[in-house]
Amino acid sequence: MRRELIFSMKNTYRDDFRVYGYHFGRSGSKAACIVGNMRGNEVQQLYIGSLLVKMLREIEMHGGIVGDNEILVIPSVNYPAVNVGKHFWPTDNTDLNRLFPGNPTGETTSRLTAGIFEKVKGYGYGIQFGSLSMAGDYVPHVRMMETGYHNPGLANLFGLPYVVIRKPTPYDTATLNYNWQMNGTNAFSIHTAATDQIDEESARQAASSVLRFLTRMGIIRYHSHNGYIASVIREEDLTSVKTDQAGFFRRAVNPGEEVARGDLMATIIEPGTGEILSQIMAPTDGIVFFAHSQPLVMERAIIFKVIRRLHS
Amino acid sequence: MIKTVASIELPVNETLEIRKNVIQPEHLTGEEKRFCIVTGTHGDELEGQYVCYELNRRIQEQRRHLKGIVEIYPALNPLGIDTITRAFPVVDVDMNRIFPGTEDGSVAELLAGKITEDLAGADLCIDIHASNIYIREIPQVRLNESTSNNLLEYAKYLNTEFVWVHPAATVLESTLAHTMNMLGVPTLVVEMGVGMRITEKFCFQLVDGIFCLMKKLGIWDGDVLTPKEPIISLGGEVGLVNAEKPGLFVSHVKHRHDIRKGEVIGEIVNPLKGTVEETLYAPCDGLIFTLRAYPMVETGALIARILERRQS
Repeated sequence: MRRELIFSMKNTYRDDFRVYGYHFGRSGSKAACIVGNMRGNEVQQLYIGSLLVKMLREIEMHGGIVGDNEILVIPSVNYPAVNVGKHFWPTDNTDLNRLFPGNPTGETTSRLTAGIFEKVKGYGYGIQFGSLSMAGDYVPHVRMMETGYHNPGLANLFGLPYVVIRKPTPYDTATLNYNWQMNGTNAFSIHTAATDQIDEESARQAASSVLRFLTRMGIIRYHSHNGYIASVIREEDLTSVKTDQAGFFRRAVNPGEEVARGDLMATIIEPGTGEILSQIMAPTDGIVFFAHSQPLVMERAIIFKVIRRLHS
Repeated sequence: MIKTVASIELPVNETLEIRKNVIQPEHLTGEEKRFCIVTGTHGDELEGQYVCYELNRRIQEQRRHLKGIVEIYPALNPLGIDTITRAFPVVDVDMNRIFPGTEDGSVAELLAGKITEDLAGADLCIDIHASNIYIREIPQVRLNESTSNNLLEYAKYLNTEFVWVHPAATVLESTLAHTMNMLGVPTLVVEMGVGMRITEKFCFQLVDGIFCLMKKLGIWDGDVLTPKEPIISLGGEVGLVNAEKPGLFVSHVKHRHDIRKGEVIGEIVNPLKGTVEETLYAPCDGLIFTLRAYPMVETGALIARILERRQS
């Protein structure tokens, strides 16, 4: 394992900003690059990055990196936000994952993403542990953007239960995933059950899925369970379930559970009187893909997403 | 007449409402044009608030001159304004990156969809922004080069010194202005002033311009001034100055003043060490149309933009 300073920047009072990456294997063929947290609340993503560094180090020590393949892991990019409990870049609140490929002579965060992109581009496979703007609990899945360069068959090799294909919006064109793809890297985002807290089980599942993928691509030797043959779904095919009232949100089903049309999914309770305002029923048979996780909810918010007519 | 554009119940005892004031002529003919002023998409931008007030006041004082329908939307992100938050609070989403919105989406996307629906069919729309808390701007019209051909003629009436035609960027296709232009509602973006403050003279200047444009459209038949002849920049004539060191920026120049190439714009100093870390110089002769307002800077922070004099 070789540690490299990927990007640095001086600060006035805070410690200097230093992003480190960990290289495994010989400096030969740029096989795979893995990036952890890009936002300050992505604690789980940071944790998975650290797990992978530890596991890859052991694999490397046992001669498990095949040929001249090189793997780079950057567990944390936006740690300044992690350390002060901010969601985005702590000084100007910009979202680093909407600033790729960056500009080396541009503004602060654009220079930062340009510096990172310079180091992470050129790899055959790019894997990012991401989070989604809609906060809540998800079933573990691999996410790909439909850019014309995407390859759902490869995404299946992670062995996670689902692969989600998303049509990029204009705003998505500035993400790391999209820019990786535009630069010839096969890019994947891995999403687990948690973001701002550590979920040990799904973190280990995500780390194992990456090792499984690297093994199947001939980059490492690692014996693991075969995982799932994923169901490939398109994001627009997920059925959104919305609230018809605002108030306390009492969830009756969890991600990964099967529901039948008419099953109780959640109850909305009036915060002042404790009366039940609404009971939200499943609009279709299917598997719960996403569930709102906050105790309160606004009217007409998306509280669940369901994979229609799929059975467990 | 105050009308509600969109309404969502919040969890406890509160309704989020986006409202507009519809001001009609004393005698309706049924042939009136509809002119919309929108602002407050970013909750930390307040210059548009004063423009809305002043426009409202002047129209109502001389209502006899009103020949069309003026609709004023002062707060597209009311929760943001009332909580001094740039993004849509709770979910931390930039409202100006989710247009055209959708009925099926998150609450923020749903609201964007309602706003789009409400603005559809207008004859002209002006979207007023106030930079951010870091940067002060002179009043300027910003046009995307993909839509500038149709809009330039209108922009000249807005009484700004400067019209900036910037290159098309995919990421900006999710803005309100781009969406409305694509829907056939000519929409001009005005940037001016600085976040969290109002600059009275800029607000009056723009209100004067809005009346000029209203007269051109046949919506106003009262007296108006002759609008300033703006410099039209295609972007190449703008000199950029970025910080190369972090610290406290102390300006030596005034915003909206001319500067000569090589003149000192300001210094970045280190309060702890008592040292000057960097002296910043003008890269060209011209008008300082953008100047750093928030003194603490990181490496790369935008300090100034200078419009080269050769354009004038």
